[in-house]
Amino acid sequence: MTLSPLTIKLSSSLDRLKDVMAFVETSAGQAGVPPEKISGLCLAVEEAFVNICSYALKGGRGEVALAGFPGTETFVLEIRDTGPEFNPLSVPEPDLTIPFEERPIGGLGVHFIRNFTDRVDWHRENNWNVLRLTVKIHDGKVSS
Amino acid sequence: MVVSASGKIDAMTAPAFESSLTDLIDKGRLKLVLDLGGVEYISSAGLRVILASAKALKGKNGKMLLAGPRGPVKEVFDISGFGSVFDIYGSVETAVKAEG
Repeated sequence: MTLSPLTIKLSSSLDRLKDVMAFVETSAGQAGVPPEKISGLCLAVEEAFVNICSYALKGGRGEVALAGFPGTETFVLEIRDTGPEFNPLSVPEPDLTIPFEERPIGGLGVHFIRNFTDRVDWHRENNWNVLRLTVKIHDGKVSS
Repeated sequence: MVVSASGKIDAMTAPAFESSLTDLIDKGRLKLVLDLGGVEYISSAGLRVILASAKALKGKNGKMLLAGPRGPVKEVFDISGFGSVFDIYGSVETAVKAEG
């Protein structure tokens, strides 16, 4: 079974968050991702989108493109942005033992991206950051 | 005082959530039990508001207790490490009792 990806293009503006969430819910739902995993994926995507809008492309200066790739085993949600090169996976895991207020900004968002998906990949493609979030449609972890 | 939040606390709704809490604190409500039972979704933007309010209360010798996070919200609290920073109670009743 081959399904074509769903895509959406938006400006890097926080007021598009609703559209981003609707896209994730629809595309993951159609792919058969269970509701509790969709909620986690929404969280991961929100954190990525907010980071793009707040830091990389502040004030809607750039473009963000989302694509959902449904498969039989996994669903991949891809987030592309035209911001400066930034690999969220380069952000170290936060030290959860130190007081919350002393932790570096943005660290928690990336922590959520890692923990609410089964696999995260990032690469640079021409002038785009490409972040791919994979969730397994059925239970269990995806091996890297 | 018990404050009930409901719906989604994301980057878009967090500012309104923050001003509601700030209003209460400014009005001198310094002992708050935040009832999260009706919250279906929270992101780091929402956690930051809770943290900021808790810090504001601490500065005024107040306190905020959290009560009743469910399902995905509880999971967000667990994974964030928030559980070690805040007193989180299973229900509003137990939180109110603990507040004394």
